[in-house]
Amino acid sequence: MTAVQERLVAPLPLVEQFERGLDAPICLTWELTYACNLECAHCLSISGRRDARELTTAQCEAVIDELQRMQVFYVNIGGGEPTIRPDFWHLLQYAVDHQVGVKFSTNGTRLTPERAAFLASTDYVDIQVSLDGATAEVNDYVRGPGSFEMAVQALENLQAAGFRDAKISVVCTRHNIGQLDDFKALADRYGATLRLTRLRPSGRGADVWDDLHPLPEQQRVLYDWLVANGDGVLTGDSFFHLSAYGESLPGLNLCGAGRVVCLIDPIGDVYACPFAIHDEFLAGNLLSDGGFQAVWQTSALFTGLRQPQTGGACATCSFYDSCRGGCMAAKFFTGLPLDGPDPECVQGHGAAALLGERTVPASTQDHSRTTPGRNQPVMLQLSRRDDVAVPPVPACAESPLAGFLPTREESAT
Amino acid sequence: MTILEESWVLSPAVALRPEPFGALAYHFDNRRLTFLKTPALVAVVRALGEHDTVGAALERAGVPAAQHAAYADALEGLALTDMIRPQRQEAIA
Amino acid sequence: MTDPRETMEETDLVAADLIEEISIDGLCGVY
Repeated sequence: MTAVQERLVAPLPLVEQFERGLDAPICLTWELTYACNLECAHCLSISGRRDARELTTAQCEAVIDELQRMQVFYVNIGGGEPTIRPDFWHLLQYAVDHQVGVKFSTNGTRLTPERAAFLASTDYVDIQVSLDGATAEVNDYVRGPGSFEMAVQALENLQAAGFRDAKISVVCTRHNIGQLDDFKALADRYGATLRLTRLRPSGRGADVWDDLHPLPEQQRVLYDWLVANGDGVLTGDSFFHLSAYGESLPGLNLCGAGRVVCLIDPIGDVYACPFAIHDEFLAGNLLSDGGFQAVWQTSALFTGLRQPQTGGACATCSFYDSCRGGCMAAKFFTGLPLDGPDPECVQGHGAAALLGERTVPASTQDHSRTTPGRNQPVMLQLSRRDDVAVPPVPACAESPLAGFLPTREESAT
Repeated sequence: MTILEESWVLSPAVALRPEPFGALAYHFDNRRLTFLKTPALVAVVRALGEHDTVGAALERAGVPAAQHAAYADALEGLALTDMIRPQRQEAIA
Repeated sequence: MTDPRETMEETDLVAADLIEEISIDGLCGVY
């Protein structure tokens, strides 16, 4: 060994290693179908109608084979509602039989006692039930009538069948920040683990974000609650932008898009992450671009995302090291520059940026139902009542109808 | 007796995926994800089961003696999350 | 090839330099 080798520089910190990307994702989200029985107001994938170009069963198996070769440790299978694909149960079994762990995200629609018993007897399967209110009133406002009941029934069936440690995944909104303790109690009641995640202005979320995203003071409440009660509560690392408040929350604390995670959509399109389903973040298609590994390793989009980040306008902020400039998708879908502050920057830089000139991008794919169905949530029904006017409401108001403003306004939040 | 004098082995539930910095270790049952941050540690973890003692594995991998304590701590951490198991337990299983 | 870490002062190394654990849920970009 020479003197030069002896003075080798220490390797990059782990966070920076991951920002450079890996040869394979660690895990990823795979939306199996755009079909959905629900019509949630904030759906990040603008789901509802099946796309005719959905991957076939054989094509899905080929994807799983590739994920196995790449040693992707697990997939979050979602949609739309993945369980309404007829081959869902087959693909679930196929994945776990090929060393790919599965967590599937569901609104609970197909989790009958029989299915629950099957799942309880199957290894390497995790289940995540979506719930956005600890009461039917708050939940159904965004997810549609009966959706709370359906989710709770699924949790009951899983518990009764002996399935251990299902996840209840919550998108934190202006209307449910006051229910954090209730969510925890609900999870405890069903032997489940609570997962709190960030609302991004993605998909249909862009249309309701102004009215639904937590207010600044509520972000602080959420952060404090997680610090005090967060042991045993998951977050999907979705609150790393809150690290600027103080101690970091558990997780890698960085944007994983195109670096350690990504999205495979129902037609084989590969996006940087499920919160960034837009042509801007489309890396390629696994059918036409030589398979998933080729897209992951060589696409121009992902190569670009893996370049060292300079921080842009955030670089001079003393909190940049903690918050890493926040969420790329949150910035993009509020029309903010990607090299500037997150719209919910806890230092307030995002609020200032939102006041400036910006253009919210139009969606580039839309699988919403063409006409509203019977599950349309109240939040969307009310948005067509131009004659309704409501007085300003404080942030502590608990009614899901509080603060509803039917005309789209340029909110200063 | 410290871990250095014990016999350990990588858990069968763990998948080890090589990376430029070392390796990712994922436990399929408890879903813990562990970053093994040096290639030397990866070599040690892979070879644990071939040695009667952890110390022997460290020496075989060329880990300097002054670093054995740090490696022992790291391996204790892996033991706590069942990433590695006592060889005797695995032989019985 | 020698691990660069081994060129540090030999008593500098701690377990945190060797392993880091997070939950598989600790990666942002998975809903």
